[in-house]
Amino acid sequence: MRVVLAEDLFLLRDGLVRLLEAYDFEIVAAVDTGPDLLQALVEKRPDVAVVDVRLPPTFTDEGLQAALEARRRIPGLPVLVLSQYVEQLYAKELLADGTGGIGYLLKDRVFDPDEFVDAVRRVAAGGTAMDPEVIARLFAGTSSSAADPLARLTAREREVLGIMAEGRSNAAIAERLVITERAVIKHTSNIFAKLDLPVSDDDNRRVLAVLAYLK
Amino acid sequence: MSVMSDERTGGRQAGGSGPWPVRGVRAMGRGLALAALAPWEVLLFCLMVTAISLLGVGIGVFLVPALAVALRGTTAITRRLAGQWSGVEIEDPYRPQPAPEPGFKGLMQRNQWILTDPATWRDLAWTLVSPVVGLAIAVLPLALVGWGVFGLIMPLVWEDIADGGGNNWYAMIKVTSDGSALMAAALGVPIILGGLAAGPHLIRLHALLAKSLLAPTEMSRQVRHLTETRTDAVNTSAAELRRIERDLHDGAQARLVAMGMNLGVAERLLAKDPEAARAILADTRQASATALNELRDLVRGIHPPVLADRGLADAVRALGMDSPLEVEVNAELPGRPEAPVESAMYFAISEALTNAAKHGEAQRVTVELWYETGRLRAQVSDDGVGGADPSRGTGLRGMERRLATFDGVLAVTSPTGGPTTLTMELPCVLSSPKTSSS
Repeated sequence: MRVVLAEDLFLLRDGLVRLLEAYDFEIVAAVDTGPDLLQALVEKRPDVAVVDVRLPPTFTDEGLQAALEARRRIPGLPVLVLSQYVEQLYAKELLADGTGGIGYLLKDRVFDPDEFVDAVRRVAAGGTAMDPEVIARLFAGTSSSAADPLARLTAREREVLGIMAEGRSNAAIAERLVITERAVIKHTSNIFAKLDLPVSDDDNRRVLAVLAYLK
Repeated sequence: MSVMSDERTGGRQAGGSGPWPVRGVRAMGRGLALAALAPWEVLLFCLMVTAISLLGVGIGVFLVPALAVALRGTTAITRRLAGQWSGVEIEDPYRPQPAPEPGFKGLMQRNQWILTDPATWRDLAWTLVSPVVGLAIAVLPLALVGWGVFGLIMPLVWEDIADGGGNNWYAMIKVTSDGSALMAAALGVPIILGGLAAGPHLIRLHALLAKSLLAPTEMSRQVRHLTETRTDAVNTSAAELRRIERDLHDGAQARLVAMGMNLGVAERLLAKDPEAARAILADTRQASATALNELRDLVRGIHPPVLADRGLADAVRALGMDSPLEVEVNAELPGRPEAPVESAMYFAISEALTNAAKHGEAQRVTVELWYETGRLRAQVSDDGVGGADPSRGTGLRGMERRLATFDGVLAVTSPTGGPTTLTMELPCVLSSPKTSSS
């Protein structure tokens, strides 16, 4: 799998390269500025891009902007954005075109290489990988009044909804919560009924519907 | 301030209540009272000048502070009388006294405080102006009335005066007969009336003269404002730094130490007991994640990354998204303000949103953010229960102080029962016009 990597701190870039190579990814370009990233994405057309939000020359959201611009030119180009902090605003912008292939994770998530690589693969396959922190803030940002349909979910259903919003498949949810996949399917159909969302077998469309619902 | 007090007195009669002749008579008395100050002022001036000239030989440093107290007390009387008698409010112009220190150092400090304050020199100038110009104005009502009375009694006394070889002119009348004396008497009447009518106005003129020297100058008022806000700003940022230092010390720093220790232990255990080493490594990884979390929260509190990345409009949108309330943000900024201004406004709005969620029992909040005539303005309105009082809430006061550092203001409308509207204003210029994303 071909990867373009953008990270301005040498230590982290080097670490990421080594980590991804250890999991048999091919790093086709490892760049450290926004303009270089855009050029690499457009020219190399990788299977997935792993991008740090903050990059030179401006040290603002240069990486995010380059990724969004690349996705405008190459619709659906899978991008996994890494950041020291997560903002709902950025998550919303990344998800705005509704085509999937989007990841948005805290940099800390690379501490767990298996999990991280799973997220990269998911994004490369057109799926979604939202950081649990983003999801937690989404939940926190919804009102807690009784009129809110979310309040009608059981604790377990909220748990399932949260993991689902991260972009996990039913199998992954089952594994995380240590329940059967059938139980997960039951929970999800309950959730979709309570929230009045269109049921979909497609993992990705399901996630996007959930995320759209939460904000 | 001065504008306000002038307006206030404009609506009031000069010289207090009562029919005008009463006010005229009262003005005469007041003029005399002011005149009575004059000798004391002359004395003060001489003493003070002497004390200052004795600074060089050392005795002065004891005399100057003592005399300054007397000087300020005397001008304070003039200020108070100007306000009471003529409605001319005069603020104290002095710089705030530094925290008193004991001993010789404190004494020198007091001398310096007194001598470097321009208000001291203006006070001193007043003790020179007052006995001359001030005195003339103050006794004029009495003098006019007295002169008028002298005219009035001219028919009775002119012969005696003429016999005594005195001056027989009264104004432009040469009194040489009963006839001309009667004319003088007739002229005396309007002079008395004029004196009575002019009296209150003359006392007010005296007050205005006093104000010109004894009120704070625009410059000194600004200096005072800047001194206060700067002290606030310095204190706030010092407190912030202490908090950050403590957070780092107790948080990330301590965790790094623990991690280093754990790694050392794991290293030793690696050969002997790989299972134990693995458990320690897992703990260490967890500790590093926690340390990162703490650093992240700390950074958000210092300078929110989204503010640095995107500027105020998007940062406020991000705030709205994180709030548990339903927040509508309408932000229209043609450029970016200076970073400190931006940050002050951001934290003020953040505080306002927190307040709305915590105390206001609000559901919905609207944040308007715009730039107009050199001012960055924000309005945060909620549908909560209201009753927010800036004099009680430390949050609101903190907001006010944060804004005041940049000459900004906070206005609170929050009737009991709601809704609450906070309006914040910061004067600033916007840099490079760059359209914000929406």
